[in-house]
Amino acid sequence: MRPQWWRHYSSIVLAVLLGLLLWQPMASLQAAGSAGEVVVYSARIESLIKPMFDAFTEKTGIQVKYFTAGEKELFERLQSEGANTPADVFMTVDVGNLWMAEHAALLQGIKSEVIDKNIPSHLRAKDNEWVGLSVRARPIMYSTERVKPSELSTYEALGDPKWNGKLCFRTSKKVYTQSLVAAMIKSLGEERTEGIVRAWMANQPRIFESDSKLLEAIAAGQCDVGITNTYYLAQLVAKDGKFPVAVFWPNQGDRGVHINISGAGVTKHAKHRDNAIKLIEFLSSTEAQNLVADANYEYPANPTVKASTIIVAWGDFKADTVDLAAAGELQPAAVKLMDRVGYK
Amino acid sequence: MHTSQASTTPYRLLRLRLWQKGDLWPVAAGAIALLVATPILVVVSSLATPSQEIWAHLWRTYLLELVWNTLVLIAGVGTGVLILGTGLAWVVTMYRFPGRRFFEWLLILPMAMPAYVMGFVFLAIFDYPGPVQSTWRWMFGAKTWFPDIVSPGGVVLVMTLVLYPYVYLLTRTAFSEQSASTVEAARALGLDEVSVFWKVMLPLARPSIAAGLALALMEALADFGTVGIYGYSTFTVAIYRVWFGLFNREAATELASVLLCFTFGLLFLERRMRGRARFSQTEGCVRPVPPRLLVGWRAWAATAICGGVVTTAFLLPVAQLLYWTLSTLGGPASDARYPMFLANTLILAAVTALIAVIAAVVLAYGLRLSRSPIVACCARFAGMGYALPGAVIAVGVLLPLAFVDHSLDDFLRRTFGISSGLLLTGSMAGLVFAYLVRFLAVSSQPLEAGLVKITPSMDMAARSLGTSPGGVLRRIHVPLLRGSLGCAAILVFVDVMKEMPATLLLRPFGYDTLAVRIWQLTSESFWEAAALPALTIVAGGILPVLLLIRRLPPAVMRSRAMQERCDESPLS
Repeated sequence: MRPQWWRHYSSIVLAVLLGLLLWQPMASLQAAGSAGEVVVYSARIESLIKPMFDAFTEKTGIQVKYFTAGEKELFERLQSEGANTPADVFMTVDVGNLWMAEHAALLQGIKSEVIDKNIPSHLRAKDNEWVGLSVRARPIMYSTERVKPSELSTYEALGDPKWNGKLCFRTSKKVYTQSLVAAMIKSLGEERTEGIVRAWMANQPRIFESDSKLLEAIAAGQCDVGITNTYYLAQLVAKDGKFPVAVFWPNQGDRGVHINISGAGVTKHAKHRDNAIKLIEFLSSTEAQNLVADANYEYPANPTVKASTIIVAWGDFKADTVDLAAAGELQPAAVKLMDRVGYK
Repeated sequence: MHTSQASTTPYRLLRLRLWQKGDLWPVAAGAIALLVATPILVVVSSLATPSQEIWAHLWRTYLLELVWNTLVLIAGVGTGVLILGTGLAWVVTMYRFPGRRFFEWLLILPMAMPAYVMGFVFLAIFDYPGPVQSTWRWMFGAKTWFPDIVSPGGVVLVMTLVLYPYVYLLTRTAFSEQSASTVEAARALGLDEVSVFWKVMLPLARPSIAAGLALALMEALADFGTVGIYGYSTFTVAIYRVWFGLFNREAATELASVLLCFTFGLLFLERRMRGRARFSQTEGCVRPVPPRLLVGWRAWAATAICGGVVTTAFLLPVAQLLYWTLSTLGGPASDARYPMFLANTLILAAVTALIAVIAAVVLAYGLRLSRSPIVACCARFAGMGYALPGAVIAVGVLLPLAFVDHSLDDFLRRTFGISSGLLLTGSMAGLVFAYLVRFLAVSSQPLEAGLVKITPSMDMAARSLGTSPGGVLRRIHVPLLRGSLGCAAILVFVDVMKEMPATLLLRPFGYDTLAVRIWQLTSESFWEAAALPALTIVAGGILPVLLLIRRLPPAVMRSRAMQERCDESPLS
């Protein structure tokens, strides 16, 4: 028997543990304490936001501290931290999430002529509780090898039996799909939308977990037509110029292509409110918007800035100008609708 | 070794003899159980106010499908891990064949692969656009049938391959601690190899097999990533759907409570599987079963089976990840901070493993001493966190932490006019606590299974010789349980490294781990780029396995003193 080993190590181990546990919260408190900085909770990943934050720090001297996590995780953390939150700015994707944050009273309205001038009003909340910073379009994607553009027309027309077994859709778990259907409910009404989505499902689409996998499936011949965000195709085309999938802009004769935004807002309990406004103003400026366009192939929210060359090549399109906030509000209705018709 | 089927009587005696007033062990156990159970209670308390509208909607749409899918998953993964886990443990402990020494620990490694990574890798290899099906179509034409990986079978396959090590690890420990004399007696009495397995070894290992199975199934129930990738709707998928899509956290936690009912059923079954039988070692000396040498085709068959499993569950995915890593070098995954991410991950995992094992020891020992139904109930409840999706646990942890922070802050503001801010929310302590809530079952299952085998008479002997209850634990149990302690520590360590949702939500500001890195890359569909952090997690998972193998050569579960006594015995 060696009875001592436990006794030997236990005190050292406990000391180390205590030290570790106490040390870390101090560091995190300090991180949020000093002036001349702004703290961002971001659902957008580091590689997309860091170039813009670096540019901001270089220009203003204000340090940007950021914390990235999933959309809902950040939302929960922000909500439970309440008045003690270190966050000044909440950055996330999809208008449904922005709308939700606004209605949970996590964001505050801000007055800024710069923002009003840079970002069109349909991409902002009424009092700028949230401000759109990039636009993503969600058009129809088709195989250039097996489909002629003339066969395509609208989102609705994908319910035509000729597409039976040839469709690829993104899972209804994804907020992008939910917003697409919510926007349709807003424009067409719930009953018509349900009929359309039911017709899609009657064509037995293959359901995918990611837009990129969906596009690869079209390229490989698993299906012919799908609906994805444009920047996923841009990423694939940037890697392989001959990627055999192309964009079709649907509904150009009526409401236009479904678009969504990523955006940011100043938190209700921001400790560095002025810096937070400065950051959002900067993010809406030409300089930062150019970075948006190049980093992730999204469309800039500032209309004076040009998109990257890959996506400019797909041509101009008419975007659906349905009230984005209303689409956010209808998201639960969209999810229930898809549950009813068996869209997984 | 003798196998005694002790009734509950010795335990009653034990309580009378061992637990006196003033002993704090059961109290400490109760306190730990209660603390860990708090977040789970927060989740369950949502059932008090059911969101009837959501339930009606689910009933009309896909509730039955959820239940069916979840049952299929449990049945499929349960069968899979039982066959692979016990079968491989049997082959590796009982026979000598080419490569056995390597397979012994190689077979543990698939555990280090996060299930969602494995799911994605398998999809990339075996789905329509992947290399296997492309080659197939090129060889046999585009219309030739090929099994679809995006199917219930595919989900079960992937989960089985990452989860069988739970059963394997615990069962192997159980097999290797079984005494040669039992097996020799069985053989002498005319049992053939197969009967020895079914009639002697398997029943003796039953507590460990049940513990491993319970862990594997709980993990399968809590999984979100894999079932998500394969579009397979289980309860976790519904939880996320209701929470994220319908903006209804209450209804989501209600669904989570239903998931807990499944778990409760599972744990009940596990208790039943362990049964009334208590297999205790009654002799001090345990001579391990000498493995038999396999020759000819049998030897190569054993090698082929183990090799096949290692290849599919580990080498193939690692090769694919390596390929992706090399092809994306210089892309968004490359980052000079990798050593820091790795260090953060390892520190977190090590600290949590240590705390979880200590907590589990106190819990198990307190239970053994008091056998109070209240403490037992709390302990059972505290272990259920493992079957809840990480995000649900994370919110269950976040709410009480924030409550404590805000209460303290309010109090200080009112009385002293100062603000304490957030002390627990977003602290290392908060994160480790969340891990403890989620992984306590992982550390206590192996311990409880191990503790059952220590005969109560040993405790009594030690106590009658004047040892304190703490002394019994320190001088008798801990040395005897070293194998189980090691297993528990490895399991928690690896699980913490892989854990993603709770880490994302609760980590301190600026404290990124490898799992966080994987999230950052996969959330924008840079799946190939996530190969590097995934590989690093796997490499980190090898570390404790190697350490344990080194420290505790094949006969894992023996104190050195006993080993020496065995060595002196004429039989060896």
